[in-house]
Amino acid sequence: MSTTTPRPVGTAGGSTSRRRRRGPRTWLAALPLLVFTGLCFGIPLGAMAFGAVTRTDPAGGATQLTGEHLARSLQGPYLGSLVGSVQLSALTATVGGVLGVVIAQSVVTSRSTALRSAALTASGVLANFGGVPLAFAFIATAGISGVLTQLGDLTSLGWNLYSFTGLTVVYLYFLIPLMVLVIAPALEGLRPQWREAAQNSGATGWQFWRHVGLPVLAPSLLGGFVLLFGTAFAAHATAAALVGGSVPLVTLKIADALSGNVLTGQENVALALGLDMILIAGLVMAVYLPLQRRSARWLR
Amino acid sequence: MLSSSARRGAAVLLSAAVLSTLSACGAAPDSKTTGGAGGAKNGAAPAAATSVADFGSMEALVAAAQKEGKLNVIALPPDWANYGEIIKAFEAKYKIKVNSENPDASSSDEIAAVKSRKGQDRAPDVLDLGIAFARSGAAENLFAPYKVTAWDKIPAGQKDADGRWYNDYGGYVSIGCDAAKIPTCPQTFADLLKPEYKGKVALNGNPTKSGSAFGGVYAAALANKGSFADIQPGIDFFGQLKKSGNFIPVESTPATVEKGETPISIDWDYLNAGYADQFKGKGVDWKVAIPTDGVYAQFYSQAINKEAPNPAAARLWMEFLYSAEGQNLWLKGYARPVLLPVMTQDGTADKAAVAKLPQVQGTPAFPASAELDKAKATLAEKWDKALS
Repeated sequence: MSTTTPRPVGTAGGSTSRRRRRGPRTWLAALPLLVFTGLCFGIPLGAMAFGAVTRTDPAGGATQLTGEHLARSLQGPYLGSLVGSVQLSALTATVGGVLGVVIAQSVVTSRSTALRSAALTASGVLANFGGVPLAFAFIATAGISGVLTQLGDLTSLGWNLYSFTGLTVVYLYFLIPLMVLVIAPALEGLRPQWREAAQNSGATGWQFWRHVGLPVLAPSLLGGFVLLFGTAFAAHATAAALVGGSVPLVTLKIADALSGNVLTGQENVALALGLDMILIAGLVMAVYLPLQRRSARWLR
Repeated sequence: MLSSSARRGAAVLLSAAVLSTLSACGAAPDSKTTGGAGGAKNGAAPAAATSVADFGSMEALVAAAQKEGKLNVIALPPDWANYGEIIKAFEAKYKIKVNSENPDASSSDEIAAVKSRKGQDRAPDVLDLGIAFARSGAAENLFAPYKVTAWDKIPAGQKDADGRWYNDYGGYVSIGCDAAKIPTCPQTFADLLKPEYKGKVALNGNPTKSGSAFGGVYAAALANKGSFADIQPGIDFFGQLKKSGNFIPVESTPATVEKGETPISIDWDYLNAGYADQFKGKGVDWKVAIPTDGVYAQFYSQAINKEAPNPAAARLWMEFLYSAEGQNLWLKGYARPVLLPVMTQDGTADKAAVAKLPQVQGTPAFPASAELDKAKATLAEKWDKALS
C-alpha cells in the first residue's frame, strides 16, 4: 500500500537514468524484507489456510481434510457478516475518499503554511485514533445520553449511534484524515504548469479536472480507496464496543468464534472467515494494481 | 484503528514467532523440572496428585507449592467477583507470587493458552472457565483430575465425576438500573418492553461472545414460555425490544454505566451489585433486581491445567478457593460460591455478605450439556437476523 503515496519529483529527478540495475546485489538488498514477509505473513497465512481446510478430532488428535469450515463460512449469518463488512467498507471508503480529497485539495491549495501543517498533523493523529477509546468518545458525545444528542435533540431527528449509519459516521472519523494524509502528496504533485497550460488552451476548470487532473490522480485515488477499504474492513474494536452483534461484521464474527465465552469448537470456521477476508482483499487489490501501473507514470 | 489493529497484529506475529522458538528450546528442561521433582513426600509427584492425601498433608502441599514459589493465572479481572482481593490474600497467606496474565481474556483464550504453551514455564496453572469450555476441555483431556478437601460438599450436578473441573462461583441474571435517572426501575423482563424504557436497555456484550449476555437471552427465553431446550423466545424477545427501540446494542461496561449511557443493564447480579458499590456517590444510584419471570443462574468452573508448570501451587490455589476463606472472598464480591448452601448451614458463610446479596426465591436449575449446545447453535444462527 505504500505505493499509493507517490512523491513529487522535482528538478533533481530530471537526470535520473531509466535503466534499472539488475544483478545479485539488488536482490540481496531485498532479502531482509523477503525473510520478514515470509516469516511474519507467510507462516500465519499458512497456518490459517491449514486450519480452514482441516479438522482435528478432539479426542484422538487425528487431522483430516474437510471443506466443511469454508462452506459454513459462506452460509447463513457468516455470509451475512461478510456482506455486511463489504457494504460498510465500500460505503465508508467511498464517502471518506471523496471528502478526504476535497479537504486535502483545499489544504494543499491554501496559501497558509500554518494551516497546511496543522491540518496534516491533525490528520496524522486522527487517522490513528481508533478502537475502544474512539467508540467511547462517540458514546459520550453522540450516544443516546451524549452531550450533542441531548443539546441538539438528535434522537427525535432519527439519529442513532448504534446502527449502520452511526457506525459509518464513526468510521469516517478516522478514514477521512487517513485519506487526507494519503492523497495530499499526490495533489501536490499536480504541477501548476499543467493547469496554466490548460487554461491557456481555453479549458474550463471542469475540463482540466476531467481530462488532466483526475486521470493523473486516478492511481492515487484508487490506492487511497483501497487503503480505506482495507482499514474499514479490518476494523474491529470500535464496532465491537458500539454495536455488538446488531450490525453483522465479519471481524466481530471471527472474534465471537475465536475468542468468546459462549461458542466452543468454532475456531476453524473463524480461520475460514479469515481466509475469506484475505480473498476479498486480494480481489480489491487485483482491480487496483493494473490500473495503478497504467497511470502511475504521469506522476514521475 | 489502523495503527492499533496493525500494532496488535504485529505483536501477535512477533509473540507467535518468539513463542515457537521458545517452545522449541524451552520445552524439554521445563517439563522435566516441573513434572519430576516437586518435593512431595509420599512419593507421588505434584502433577499426579489427585487430592491432599497424595501429598501426605496440607503442610506438605504448602511446602511443595512454596518450593515452586509462583502460580500462573489467566483471565481473572481484579474487579470481577473480587478476584483482585482473592489473589492478594493467596499471595499474602502462602508467600507465593501470582502471575496474573491477560485479565480480560475469554474462556477460549484460556484454552488456547493451555494448548499453545504446552510444556512451557509460562503456561497457565489454573483456569476459570465458562461451563461449556470446562466440558469441552475435559473431553480434550486438558485438565488434571484433582479433588479438593471440600469435594464431597460440591453438589453432584456441579462437578465432573473425575474431578477434572467443578463449579466455583456463579450468579443470577439480573437487571441493573440507575434509579437516579429512571423513575421506576424494571423488575421483570415483561417490564423492559414498556415504552418508558426506550433507548435504555443494554446487555453486557454480544450473546454469541459474552457469557453474561448469553445468560440474559436464556433468562428472557425462560420468561417468555421458552425452556432450557428452547432459547428462541429469548431471541424473539430481544428482537421485539430492538424493534420497540428499547434495546441499545452498546456493550455495557463500568464506563457506560457511569456515563449513564446504559441506564438499564442486564448482567450477572454480582457485577451489577459491584457497580452499585463502585458508583456510590458519583451520581449513579444503581439498583439490582433479579427478574422473577426469568430466573437463570450460571456458574463458572475451575480446573487445573494437566501440564501446569507449577502443579503443587495450582493444587494449593484450588484448596484455597474451596476453603471457607476463599469462598467467602467470592461472596464478598457478590458472587455466589458453590459451597454457599453448605456454608450457610454450618455457619461458616460470611453473614454480612450473604445479607447484601440480591434476593432470589427457590433453587437454581441448570441446563444439560445437550440443551446448552442446542441453545448456542440456535443463538449463533438466529441472533443477527432478529437484531438487524
